[in-house]
Amino acid sequence: MAAFVELDRIALRYGGEESGTLALLDTTLNVKEGEFVAVVGPSGCGKSTLMKVVAGLWPQSAGTAIVAGREVSGPLSIVGMAFQAPTQLPWRNVIDNVMLPLEIVQPHRSQLRAKRAMYVQKAQDLLSLVGLKGFDTKFPWQLSGGMQQRAQICRALIHEPKLLMLDEPFGALDMFTREELWNVMQEVVMDRKPTVILVTHDLREAVYLADRVVVMSARPGRMIHERIVPFPRKRTLEDTYKPEFAEIVQDLRNHISMAREQAA
Amino acid sequence: MASMDTAPAAPAIPARRARRTPIFGSRRNLERALPWMVVIGIFLFWEVTVRVFSIPDFILPSPTAIWESYLRWQPAILDNAGQTLFTTVFGFAIAIVFGLALGVAIGSSTLVYNGLYPILIGFNAIPKVAVVPILIIWFGIGTVPAVITAFLISFFPIVVNVATGIATVEPELRDVLRALGAKSRDIVLKVGLPRAMPYFFASLKVAITVAFVGSILAETIGSNKGIGKLMVVASSRFDTPLVFAGLLVTAFMGVAMYVIANWFETRMTGWATRGMTQNQQAGM
Ligand SMILES: Nc1ncnc2c1ncn2[C@@H]1O[C@H](COP(=O)(O)OP(=O)(O)O)[C@@H](O)[C@H]1O
Ligand SMILES: [Mg+2]
Repeated sequence: MAAFVELDRIALRYGGEESGTLALLDTTLNVKEGEFVAVVGPSGCGKSTLMKVVAGLWPQSAGTAIVAGREVSGPLSIVGMAFQAPTQLPWRNVIDNVMLPLEIVQPHRSQLRAKRAMYVQKAQDLLSLVGLKGFDTKFPWQLSGGMQQRAQICRALIHEPKLLMLDEPFGALDMFTREELWNVMQEVVMDRKPTVILVTHDLREAVYLADRVVVMSARPGRMIHERIVPFPRKRTLEDTYKPEFAEIVQDLRNHISMAREQAA
Repeated sequence: MASMDTAPAAPAIPARRARRTPIFGSRRNLERALPWMVVIGIFLFWEVTVRVFSIPDFILPSPTAIWESYLRWQPAILDNAGQTLFTTVFGFAIAIVFGLALGVAIGSSTLVYNGLYPILIGFNAIPKVAVVPILIIWFGIGTVPAVITAFLISFFPIVVNVATGIATVEPELRDVLRALGAKSRDIVLKVGLPRAMPYFFASLKVAITVAFVGSILAETIGSNKGIGKLMVVASSRFDTPLVFAGLLVTAFMGVAMYVIANWFETRMTGWATRGMTQNQQAGM
Protein backbone atom coordinates (compact mmCIF):
# COMPACT_ATOMS: atom_id res chain seq x y z
CA MET A 1 0.00 0.00 0.00
CA ALA A 2 1.31 3.41 -1.02
CA ALA A 3 2.14 5.81 1.76
CA PHE A 4 -0.12 8.75 2.41
CA VAL A 5 2.83 11.06 2.97
CA GLU A 6 5.99 10.28 1.02
CA LEU A 7 9.06 12.42 1.49
CA ASP A 8 11.93 11.29 -0.70
CA ARG A 9 15.40 12.70 -0.05
CA ILE A 10 14.15 16.19 0.72
CA ALA A 11 16.64 19.02 1.02
CA LEU A 12 15.74 22.53 2.00
CA ARG A 13 17.92 25.57 2.23
CA TYR A 14 16.64 28.84 3.61
CA GLY A 15 18.02 31.92 1.93
CA GLY A 16 20.85 32.12 -0.58
CA GLU A 17 22.63 29.28 -2.38
CA GLU A 18 25.85 29.46 -0.35
CA SER A 19 25.08 31.68 2.62
CA GLY A 20 21.66 30.25 3.48
CA THR A 21 20.83 27.81 6.26
CA LEU A 22 20.64 24.20 5.17
CA ALA A 23 17.75 22.96 7.31
CA LEU A 24 17.04 19.57 5.74
CA LEU A 25 19.24 17.19 3.76
CA ASP A 26 18.30 13.75 2.46
CA THR A 27 15.22 13.57 4.62
CA THR A 28 13.10 10.58 3.82
CA LEU A 29 9.87 9.75 5.59
CA ASN A 30 6.82 7.68 4.73
CA VAL A 31 3.58 7.84 6.67
CA LYS A 32 0.77 5.39 5.99
CA GLU A 33 -2.86 6.44 5.91
CA GLY A 34 -4.25 6.51 9.45
CA GLU A 35 -0.80 6.18 10.98
CA PHE A 36 0.36 8.39 13.86
CA VAL A 37 4.04 9.29 13.48
CA ALA A 38 5.96 11.36 15.97
CA VAL A 39 9.11 13.21 14.89
CA VAL A 40 11.65 13.95 17.59
CA GLY A 41 15.06 15.58 17.34
CA PRO A 42 17.35 18.21 18.78
CA SER A 43 16.13 21.77 18.79
CA GLY A 44 16.69 23.57 15.49
CA CYS A 45 17.19 20.38 13.51
CA GLY A 46 14.49 21.20 10.98
CA LYS A 47 11.34 19.60 12.40
CA SER A 48 9.16 22.62 11.81
CA THR A 49 10.72 22.96 8.39
CA LEU A 50 9.68 19.40 7.61
CA MET A 51 6.12 20.30 8.54
CA LYS A 52 6.20 23.32 6.26
CA VAL A 53 7.28 21.14 3.35
CA VAL A 54 4.47 18.65 3.93
CA ALA A 55 1.91 21.44 4.33
CA GLY A 56 3.09 23.08 1.13
CA LEU A 57 4.05 26.27 2.94
CA TRP A 58 7.68 26.21 1.85
CA PRO A 59 9.02 24.55 -1.31
CA GLN A 60 11.84 22.06 -0.85
CA SER A 61 15.10 22.73 -2.66
CA ALA A 62 15.52 19.11 -3.74
CA GLY A 63 13.71 15.79 -3.50
CA THR A 64 10.04 15.01 -3.86
CA ALA A 65 7.15 15.38 -1.47
CA ILE A 66 3.95 13.48 -2.19
CA VAL A 67 0.82 13.83 -0.08
CA ALA A 68 -2.36 11.90 -0.83
CA GLY A 69 -0.90 10.67 -4.10
CA ARG A 70 -0.08 14.11 -5.48
CA GLU A 71 3.12 16.03 -5.53
CA VAL A 72 3.00 18.97 -3.12
CA SER A 73 3.11 22.26 -4.97
CA GLY A 74 1.32 24.58 -2.55
CA PRO A 75 -0.93 24.54 0.50
CA LEU A 76 -3.43 21.70 0.67
CA SER A 77 -6.67 22.13 2.47
CA ILE A 78 -6.71 18.44 3.43
CA VAL A 79 -4.24 19.46 6.12
CA GLY A 80 -5.09 20.73 9.59
CA MET A 81 -2.36 22.33 11.68
CA ALA A 82 -1.77 23.23 15.31
CA PHE A 83 1.25 24.96 16.77
CA GLN A 84 2.83 25.53 20.14
CA ALA A 85 2.06 29.24 20.06
CA PRO A 86 -1.58 29.92 20.80
CA THR A 87 -2.94 31.17 17.51
CA GLN A 88 -6.51 31.89 18.48
CA LEU A 89 -7.89 35.19 17.27
CA PRO A 90 -8.58 37.28 20.38
CA TRP A 91 -11.53 39.13 18.83
CA ARG A 92 -13.42 35.90 18.15
CA ASN A 93 -14.99 33.66 20.75
CA VAL A 94 -14.08 30.00 20.96
CA ILE A 95 -16.65 28.66 18.55
CA ASP A 96 -15.96 31.35 15.93
CA ASN A 97 -12.27 30.55 16.26
CA VAL A 98 -12.91 26.87 15.80
CA MET A 99 -15.04 27.57 12.74
CA LEU A 100 -12.44 29.81 11.09
CA PRO A 101 -11.19 27.14 8.63
CA LEU A 102 -14.74 26.71 7.35
CA GLU A 103 -14.62 30.30 6.14
CA ILE A 104 -11.65 29.42 3.96
CA VAL A 105 -11.72 25.79 2.88
CA GLN A 106 -14.05 24.72 0.09
CA PRO A 107 -16.71 23.33 -0.13
CA HIS A 108 -17.52 24.54 3.38
CA ARG A 109 -16.78 28.14 2.53
CA SER A 110 -19.68 28.47 0.12
CA GLN A 111 -22.03 26.33 2.22
CA LEU A 112 -21.33 27.95 5.57
CA ARG A 113 -24.12 30.48 5.35
CA ALA A 114 -26.76 28.04 4.24
CA LYS A 115 -25.81 25.18 6.56
CA ARG A 116 -24.64 27.18 9.52
CA ALA A 117 -26.62 25.20 12.10
CA MET A 118 -25.06 21.95 10.92
CA TYR A 119 -21.56 23.38 11.11
CA VAL A 120 -22.15 24.87 14.54
CA GLN A 121 -23.28 21.44 15.70
CA LYS A 122 -20.09 19.95 14.29
CA ALA A 123 -18.02 22.48 16.17
CA GLN A 124 -19.95 21.82 19.37
CA ASP A 125 -19.35 18.07 19.00
CA LEU A 126 -15.62 18.69 18.65
CA LEU A 127 -15.60 20.97 21.68
CA SER A 128 -17.32 18.25 23.71
CA LEU A 129 -14.81 15.70 22.46
CA VAL A 130 -11.90 17.73 23.84
CA GLY A 131 -13.73 18.65 27.04
CA LEU A 132 -14.60 22.25 26.18
CA LYS A 133 -18.37 21.83 26.29
CA GLY A 134 -20.02 25.08 27.37
CA PHE A 135 -16.96 27.23 26.60
CA ASP A 136 -18.09 28.15 23.09
CA THR A 137 -18.89 31.80 23.82
CA LYS A 138 -15.78 32.43 25.93
CA PHE A 139 -12.96 34.45 24.45
CA PRO A 140 -9.47 32.95 24.11
CA TRP A 141 -8.02 35.21 26.77
CA GLN A 142 -10.56 33.88 29.23
CA LEU A 143 -9.16 30.35 28.81
CA SER A 144 -6.15 28.71 30.41
CA GLY A 145 -3.23 27.65 28.22
CA GLY A 146 -4.42 24.06 28.19
CA MET A 147 -7.92 25.04 27.17
CA GLN A 148 -6.58 27.22 24.39
CA GLN A 149 -4.67 24.25 23.01
CA ARG A 150 -7.82 22.13 23.17
CA ALA A 151 -9.62 24.78 21.15
CA GLN A 152 -6.72 24.82 18.72
CA ILE A 153 -7.02 21.08 18.20
CA CYS A 154 -10.71 21.57 17.43
CA ARG A 155 -9.87 24.24 14.90
CA ALA A 156 -7.34 21.93 13.26
CA LEU A 157 -10.02 19.25 12.91
CA ILE A 158 -13.17 21.18 11.99
CA HIS A 159 -12.80 20.84 8.22
CA GLU A 160 -12.15 17.10 8.64
CA PRO A 161 -8.60 17.13 7.35
CA LYS A 162 -7.10 13.83 6.22
CA LEU A 163 -3.77 14.83 7.66
CA LEU A 164 -3.28 16.41 11.06
CA MET A 165 0.03 18.20 11.65
CA LEU A 166 0.93 19.11 15.18
CA ASP A 167 4.07 21.15 15.83
CA GLU A 168 4.87 20.90 19.54
CA PRO A 169 1.25 21.65 20.40
CA PHE A 170 1.71 20.93 24.08
CA GLY A 171 5.21 22.39 24.41
CA ALA A 172 4.21 25.43 26.45
CA LEU A 173 2.06 23.55 28.97
CA ASP A 174 2.91 22.28 32.41
CA MET A 175 3.37 18.53 32.95
CA PHE A 176 -0.07 17.76 34.35
CA THR A 177 -1.95 19.71 31.72
CA ARG A 178 0.20 18.15 29.06
CA GLU A 179 -0.59 14.60 30.19
CA GLU A 180 -4.26 15.51 30.29
CA LEU A 181 -4.05 16.69 26.71
CA TRP A 182 -2.27 13.52 25.62
CA ASN A 183 -5.42 11.69 26.59
CA VAL A 184 -7.58 14.25 24.83
CA MET A 185 -5.44 13.76 21.73
CA GLN A 186 -5.74 9.99 22.02
CA GLU A 187 -9.54 10.31 22.22
CA VAL A 188 -9.55 12.51 19.14
CA VAL A 189 -7.36 10.12 17.18
CA MET A 190 -9.42 7.08 18.11
CA ASP A 191 -12.61 8.94 17.25
CA ARG A 192 -11.60 10.63 13.97
CA LYS A 193 -8.76 8.37 12.81
CA PRO A 194 -6.77 11.01 10.89
CA THR A 195 -3.22 10.51 9.70
CA VAL A 196 -1.06 12.42 12.18
CA ILE A 197 2.45 13.84 12.15
CA LEU A 198 3.40 15.14 15.56
CA VAL A 199 6.58 17.11 16.18
CA THR A 200 7.66 17.15 19.79
CA HIS A 201 10.71 17.38 21.98
CA ASP A 202 9.04 15.32 24.69
CA LEU A 203 10.02 11.69 24.18
CA ARG A 204 7.39 10.32 26.58
CA GLU A 205 4.78 12.24 24.67
CA ALA A 206 6.02 10.81 21.38
CA VAL A 207 5.96 7.23 22.65
CA TYR A 208 2.63 7.63 24.41
CA LEU A 209 0.80 8.96 21.38
CA ALA A 210 2.49 7.57 18.28
CA ASP A 211 2.44 4.29 16.38
CA ARG A 212 5.99 5.05 15.28
CA VAL A 213 8.63 7.50 16.43
CA VAL A 214 11.36 8.77 14.11
CA VAL A 215 14.49 10.53 15.31
CA MET A 216 16.05 13.34 13.32
CA SER A 217 19.73 14.25 13.33
CA ALA A 218 21.03 17.69 14.18
CA ARG A 219 20.84 20.24 11.39
CA PRO A 220 20.72 19.57 8.50
CA GLY A 221 18.04 17.18 9.66
CA ARG A 222 17.47 13.69 8.31
CA MET A 223 16.04 10.52 9.79
CA ILE A 224 18.60 8.53 11.74
CA HIS A 225 16.49 6.12 13.74
CA GLU A 226 12.97 4.86 14.15
CA ARG A 227 11.00 2.80 16.65
CA ILE A 228 7.61 1.14 16.31
CA VAL A 229 5.55 1.57 19.45
CA PRO A 230 3.72 -1.73 19.89
CA PHE A 231 1.34 -0.86 22.71
CA PRO A 232 -2.32 -1.12 21.76
CA ARG A 233 -4.72 1.76 22.30
CA LYS A 234 -6.26 2.91 24.37
CA ARG A 235 -3.08 3.61 26.33
CA THR A 236 -3.14 4.91 29.87
CA LEU A 237 -0.69 6.99 31.83
CA GLU A 238 0.17 3.85 33.84
CA ASP A 239 1.63 2.42 30.65
CA THR A 240 4.29 5.12 30.70
CA TYR A 241 5.77 3.55 33.85
CA LYS A 242 6.11 0.08 32.36
CA PRO A 243 9.64 -1.12 31.61
CA GLU A 244 8.88 -1.70 27.90
CA PHE A 245 7.78 1.94 27.63
CA ALA A 246 10.83 3.20 29.52
CA GLU A 247 13.08 1.10 27.31
CA ILE A 248 11.78 2.75 24.12
CA VAL A 249 12.11 6.23 25.62
CA GLN A 250 15.66 5.42 26.72
CA ASP A 251 16.57 4.10 23.28
CA LEU A 252 15.26 7.28 21.61
CA ARG A 253 17.07 9.42 24.13
CA ASN A 254 20.37 7.71 23.35
CA HIS A 255 19.99 8.35 19.66
CA ILE A 256 19.22 12.02 20.21
CA SER A 257 22.25 12.41 22.49
CA MET A 258 24.38 10.81 19.82
CA ALA A 259 22.95 13.17 17.21
CA ARG A 260 23.72 16.15 19.41
CA GLU A 261 27.24 15.00 20.13
CA GLN A 262 27.95 14.56 16.44
CA ALA A 263 26.75 18.09 15.88
CA ALA A 264 28.92 19.54 18.65
CA MET B 1 2.19 71.56 18.86
CA ALA B 2 3.49 69.14 21.44
CA SER B 3 1.30 70.65 24.12
CA MET B 4 -1.66 70.28 21.81
CA ASP B 5 -1.02 66.61 21.32
CA THR B 6 -0.72 65.82 24.97
CA ALA B 7 -3.17 68.22 26.57
CA PRO B 8 -6.36 66.54 25.32
CA ALA B 9 -5.12 63.14 26.46
CA ALA B 10 -5.40 63.86 30.14
CA PRO B 11 -9.17 63.77 30.75
CA ALA B 12 -9.96 60.91 28.39
CA ILE B 13 -7.89 58.02 29.71
CA PRO B 14 -9.16 57.96 33.28
CA ALA B 15 -12.70 58.46 31.97
CA ARG B 16 -12.31 55.26 29.97
CA ARG B 17 -11.05 53.27 32.90
CA ALA B 18 -13.93 54.46 34.99
CA ARG B 19 -16.31 53.35 32.25
CA ARG B 20 -15.08 49.81 32.30
CA THR B 21 -15.10 49.29 36.03
CA PRO B 22 -17.90 51.25 37.63
CA ILE B 23 -17.69 52.69 41.14
CA PHE B 24 -14.63 50.85 42.20
CA GLY B 25 -13.52 52.45 45.42
CA SER B 26 -12.15 55.94 45.98
CA ARG B 27 -9.05 55.47 43.84
CA ARG B 28 -11.08 55.26 40.66
CA ASN B 29 -13.18 58.26 41.62
CA LEU B 30 -9.97 60.14 42.22
CA GLU B 31 -8.66 59.10 38.82
CA ARG B 32 -11.83 60.38 37.28
CA ALA B 33 -11.77 63.70 39.10
CA LEU B 34 -8.05 64.29 38.68
CA PRO B 35 -7.99 65.87 35.20
CA TRP B 36 -10.73 68.31 36.24
CA MET B 37 -8.86 69.15 39.40
CA VAL B 38 -5.67 69.76 37.42
CA VAL B 39 -7.47 72.03 34.96
CA ILE B 40 -9.15 73.99 37.74
CA GLY B 41 -5.86 74.19 39.61
CA ILE B 42 -4.03 75.57 36.60
CA PHE B 43 -6.68 78.22 35.99
CA LEU B 44 -6.69 79.23 39.66
CA PHE B 45 -2.90 79.54 39.70
CA TRP B 46 -3.03 81.49 36.47
CA GLU B 47 -5.67 83.89 37.78
CA VAL B 48 -3.84 84.47 41.04
CA THR B 49 -0.47 85.01 39.32
CA VAL B 50 -1.89 87.55 36.89
CA ARG B 51 -3.57 89.47 39.71
CA VAL B 52 -0.72 89.37 42.18
CA PHE B 53 1.85 90.59 39.65
CA SER B 54 -0.63 92.89 37.89
CA ILE B 55 0.30 91.49 34.50
CA PRO B 56 -1.35 93.59 31.79
CA ASP B 57 -4.05 91.91 29.69
CA PHE B 58 -2.24 92.30 26.38
CA ILE B 59 0.73 90.28 27.75
CA LEU B 60 -1.13 87.54 29.61
CA PRO B 61 -4.84 87.89 30.18
CA SER B 62 -6.33 86.26 33.25
CA PRO B 63 -8.88 83.42 32.79
CA THR B 64 -11.68 85.75 33.83
CA ALA B 65 -10.57 88.32 31.25
CA ILE B 66 -10.52 85.56 28.63
CA TRP B 67 -13.98 84.47 29.68
CA GLU B 68 -15.26 88.05 29.42
CA SER B 69 -13.74 88.35 25.99
CA TYR B 70 -15.31 85.04 25.00
CA LEU B 71 -18.75 86.24 26.11
CA ARG B 72 -18.35 89.51 24.27
CA TRP B 73 -17.29 87.86 21.01
CA GLN B 74 -19.24 84.63 21.41
CA PRO B 75 -21.20 84.74 18.09
CA ALA B 76 -18.05 85.46 16.10
CA ILE B 77 -16.02 82.86 17.98
CA LEU B 78 -18.60 80.12 17.58
CA ASP B 79 -19.07 80.95 13.91
CA ASN B 80 -15.32 80.70 13.25
CA ALA B 81 -14.96 77.65 15.49
CA GLY B 82 -17.73 75.98 13.49
CA GLN B 83 -15.78 76.63 10.30
CA THR B 84 -12.61 75.17 11.81
CA LEU B 85 -14.47 72.14 13.16
CA PHE B 86 -15.94 71.59 9.72
CA THR B 87 -12.65 71.78 7.82
CA THR B 88 -10.92 69.64 10.43
CA VAL B 89 -13.52 66.89 10.47
CA PHE B 90 -13.77 66.95 6.69
CA GLY B 91 -10.01 66.61 6.25
CA PHE B 92 -9.92 63.98 8.98
CA ALA B 93 -12.66 61.96 7.29
CA ILE B 94 -10.73 61.92 4.02
CA ALA B 95 -7.63 60.95 6.00
CA ILE B 96 -9.49 57.97 7.50
CA VAL B 97 -10.58 56.69 4.10
CA PHE B 98 -7.19 57.21 2.43
CA GLY B 99 -5.24 56.17 5.50
CA LEU B 100 -7.10 52.89 5.85
CA ALA B 101 -6.82 52.06 2.17
CA LEU B 102 -3.15 52.95 1.90
CA GLY B 103 -2.36 51.32 5.25
CA VAL B 104 -3.93 48.06 4.12
CA ALA B 105 -2.05 48.20 0.83
CA ILE B 106 1.28 48.94 2.46
CA GLY B 107 0.80 46.48 5.31
CA SER B 108 -0.23 43.54 3.16
CA SER B 109 2.30 43.80 0.34
CA THR B 110 6.04 44.13 0.71
CA LEU B 111 6.13 45.39 -2.87
CA VAL B 112 3.86 48.34 -2.08
CA TYR B 113 5.68 48.80 1.20
CA ASN B 114 9.07 49.08 -0.44
CA GLY B 115 7.71 51.28 -3.19
CA LEU B 116 5.75 53.77 -1.14
CA TYR B 117 7.19 53.92 2.34
CA PRO B 118 10.24 56.07 1.54
CA ILE B 119 8.05 58.54 -0.33
CA LEU B 120 5.62 58.67 2.58
CA ILE B 121 8.39 59.33 5.05
CA GLY B 122 9.83 62.04 2.86
CA PHE B 123 6.45 63.60 2.41
CA ASN B 124 5.74 63.55 6.12
CA ALA B 125 9.04 65.28 6.77
CA ILE B 126 7.96 68.33 4.73
CA PRO B 127 6.71 71.04 7.09
CA LYS B 128 3.09 71.66 6.21
CA VAL B 129 3.65 75.40 6.68
CA ALA B 130 5.58 75.25 3.43
CA VAL B 131 2.76 73.47 1.64
CA VAL B 132 -0.09 75.79 2.59
CA PRO B 133 0.96 78.72 0.34
CA ILE B 134 1.05 76.33 -2.61
CA LEU B 135 -2.41 75.06 -1.75
CA ILE B 136 -3.63 78.64 -1.58
CA ILE B 137 -2.16 79.35 -5.02
CA TRP B 138 -3.90 76.27 -6.38
CA PHE B 139 -7.25 76.48 -4.66
CA GLY B 140 -7.50 80.12 -3.56
CA ILE B 141 -8.12 81.42 -0.11
CA GLY B 142 -10.93 79.58 1.63
CA THR B 143 -12.09 76.22 2.90
CA VAL B 144 -10.20 73.91 0.54
CA PRO B 145 -6.60 74.59 1.67
CA ALA B 146 -7.62 74.08 5.31
CA VAL B 147 -9.34 70.78 4.56
CA ILE B 148 -6.37 69.55 2.56
CA THR B 149 -3.85 70.59 5.22
CA ALA B 150 -5.88 68.83 7.91
CA PHE B 151 -5.95 65.77 5.68
CA LEU B 152 -2.23 65.88 4.85
CA ILE B 153 -1.15 66.21 8.44
CA SER B 154 -3.49 63.58 9.89
CA PHE B 155 -3.36 60.78 7.39
CA PHE B 156 0.23 59.76 8.04
CA PRO B 157 -0.29 58.39 11.58
CA ILE B 158 -3.30 56.43 10.32
CA VAL B 159 -1.36 54.87 7.43
CA VAL B 160 1.58 53.91 9.62
CA ASN B 161 -0.58 52.37 12.34
CA VAL B 162 -2.83 50.39 10.03
CA ALA B 163 0.15 49.17 8.04
CA THR B 164 1.93 48.11 11.23
CA GLY B 165 -1.11 46.24 12.52
CA ILE B 166 -1.45 44.31 9.29
CA ALA B 167 2.24 43.69 8.69
CA THR B 168 2.84 42.27 12.16
CA VAL B 169 0.41 39.35 11.92
CA GLU B 170 2.16 36.47 13.69
CA PRO B 171 3.86 34.09 11.22
CA GLU B 172 2.26 31.07 12.88
CA LEU B 173 -1.19 32.56 12.41
CA ARG B 174 -0.41 33.34 8.80
CA ASP B 175 0.76 29.75 8.35
CA VAL B 176 -2.39 28.30 9.90
CA LEU B 177 -4.46 30.18 7.36
CA ARG B 178 -2.10 29.67 4.44
CA ALA B 179 -2.01 25.96 5.11
CA LEU B 180 -5.77 25.95 4.61
CA GLY B 181 -5.31 27.52 1.21
CA ALA B 182 -6.18 31.08 2.24
CA LYS B 183 -5.30 33.77 -0.29
CA SER B 184 -3.59 36.89 0.97
CA ARG B 185 -6.91 38.69 0.63
CA ASP B 186 -8.45 36.20 3.08
CA ILE B 187 -5.60 36.73 5.49
CA VAL B 188 -5.97 40.50 5.37
CA LEU B 189 -9.73 40.32 5.82
CA LYS B 190 -9.87 37.62 8.51
CA VAL B 191 -6.78 38.53 10.49
CA GLY B 192 -4.94 41.61 9.28
CA LEU B 193 -7.77 44.12 9.44
CA PRO B 194 -9.33 43.04 12.74
CA ARG B 195 -5.87 42.87 14.23
CA ALA B 196 -5.06 46.36 12.97
CA MET B 197 -8.18 47.89 14.50
CA PRO B 198 -6.65 48.75 17.88
CA TYR B 199 -3.73 50.39 16.06
CA PHE B 200 -6.18 52.19 13.81
CA PHE B 201 -8.26 53.59 16.63
CA ALA B 202 -5.20 54.58 18.61
CA SER B 203 -4.00 56.49 15.55
CA LEU B 204 -7.35 58.25 15.22
CA LYS B 205 -6.81 59.87 18.59
CA VAL B 206 -3.50 61.30 17.43
CA ALA B 207 -4.82 62.10 13.97
CA ILE B 208 -7.84 64.12 15.07
CA THR B 209 -5.73 66.38 17.28
CA VAL B 210 -3.12 67.01 14.60
CA ALA B 211 -5.91 67.60 12.08
CA PHE B 212 -6.81 70.68 14.14
CA VAL B 213 -3.21 71.79 13.93
CA GLY B 214 -3.40 71.46 10.16
CA SER B 215 -6.61 73.36 9.56
CA ILE B 216 -5.73 76.15 11.96
CA LEU B 217 -2.30 76.43 10.40
CA ALA B 218 -3.89 76.91 6.98
CA GLU B 219 -6.36 79.43 8.38
CA THR B 220 -3.55 81.39 9.97
CA ILE B 221 -1.59 81.62 6.75
CA GLY B 222 -4.44 82.57 4.51
CA SER B 223 -8.18 82.31 4.84
CA ASN B 224 -11.22 84.46 5.40
CA LYS B 225 -12.77 82.43 8.17
CA GLY B 226 -11.91 80.03 10.96
CA ILE B 227 -10.51 80.13 14.45
CA GLY B 228 -6.99 80.55 13.06
CA LYS B 229 -8.07 83.60 11.09
CA LEU B 230 -9.82 84.97 14.18
CA MET B 231 -6.67 84.63 16.24
CA VAL B 232 -4.55 86.34 13.56
CA VAL B 233 -6.94 89.26 13.39
CA ALA B 234 -7.16 89.48 17.18
CA SER B 235 -3.40 89.46 17.65
CA SER B 236 -2.91 92.15 14.98
CA ARG B 237 -5.21 94.29 17.14
CA PHE B 238 -3.30 93.26 20.28
CA ASP B 239 -6.53 91.77 21.58
CA THR B 240 -4.68 89.06 23.52
CA PRO B 241 -7.71 87.94 25.55
CA LEU B 242 -9.50 87.10 22.30
CA VAL B 243 -6.45 85.18 21.02
CA PHE B 244 -6.50 83.14 24.20
CA ALA B 245 -10.24 82.61 23.94
CA GLY B 246 -9.61 81.19 20.47
CA LEU B 247 -6.85 78.93 21.82
CA LEU B 248 -9.03 77.57 24.59
CA VAL B 249 -11.97 76.94 22.27
CA THR B 250 -9.62 75.02 19.99
CA ALA B 251 -8.32 72.97 22.90
CA PHE B 252 -11.89 72.25 23.92
CA MET B 253 -12.80 71.04 20.43
CA GLY B 254 -9.67 68.89 20.40
CA VAL B 255 -10.62 67.25 23.68
CA ALA B 256 -14.20 66.72 22.54
CA MET B 257 -13.11 64.99 19.32
CA TYR B 258 -10.59 62.95 21.24
CA VAL B 259 -13.29 61.75 23.63
CA ILE B 260 -15.46 60.72 20.70
CA ALA B 261 -12.56 58.82 19.09
CA ASN B 262 -11.86 57.21 22.42
CA TRP B 263 -15.46 56.14 22.81
CA PHE B 264 -15.33 54.45 19.41
CA GLU B 265 -12.08 52.77 20.35
CA THR B 266 -13.47 51.16 23.49
CA ARG B 267 -16.65 50.17 21.70
CA MET B 268 -14.90 48.57 18.73
CA THR B 269 -11.76 47.04 20.16
CA GLY B 270 -12.75 46.01 23.65
CA TRP B 271 -11.18 42.61 23.04
CA ALA B 272 -7.74 44.19 22.92
CA THR B 273 -7.96 45.56 26.47
CA ARG B 274 -10.56 43.41 28.18
CA GLY B 275 -7.99 40.80 29.05
CA MET B 276 -6.10 43.47 30.94
CA THR B 277 -9.21 44.53 32.87
CA GLN B 278 -9.77 40.92 33.84
CA ASN B 279 -6.28 40.65 35.24
CA GLN B 280 -6.69 43.87 37.14
CA GLN B 281 -9.86 42.60 38.70
CA ALA B 282 -8.35 39.25 39.48
CA GLY B 283 -5.46 40.99 41.15
CA MET B 284 -7.70 42.87 43.51
N1 LIG C 1 12.10 31.23 7.70
C1 LIG C 1 13.37 30.89 7.95
N2 LIG C 1 14.38 31.56 7.35
C2 LIG C 1 15.66 31.23 7.59
N3 LIG C 1 16.05 30.24 8.41
C3 LIG C 1 15.10 29.54 9.05
C4 LIG C 1 13.70 29.83 8.85
N4 LIG C 1 12.98 28.97 9.61
C5 LIG C 1 13.88 28.19 10.25
N5 LIG C 1 15.14 28.52 9.90
C6 LIG C 1 16.38 27.85 10.37
O1 LIG C 1 16.32 26.52 9.96
C7 LIG C 1 16.75 25.65 11.00
C8 LIG C 1 15.67 24.64 11.36
O2 LIG C 1 14.56 25.34 11.91
P1 LIG C 1 13.26 24.58 12.43
O3 LIG C 1 12.74 23.72 11.33
O4 LIG C 1 12.34 25.62 12.94
O5 LIG C 1 13.80 23.70 13.61
P2 LIG C 1 13.02 22.90 14.75
O6 LIG C 1 11.56 23.07 14.53
O7 LIG C 1 13.48 21.49 14.64
O8 LIG C 1 13.46 23.49 16.06
C9 LIG C 1 17.13 26.54 12.18
O9 LIG C 1 18.51 26.69 12.16
C10 LIG C 1 16.44 27.84 11.88
O10 LIG C 1 17.19 28.92 12.38
MG1 LIG D 1 10.10 24.06 15.68
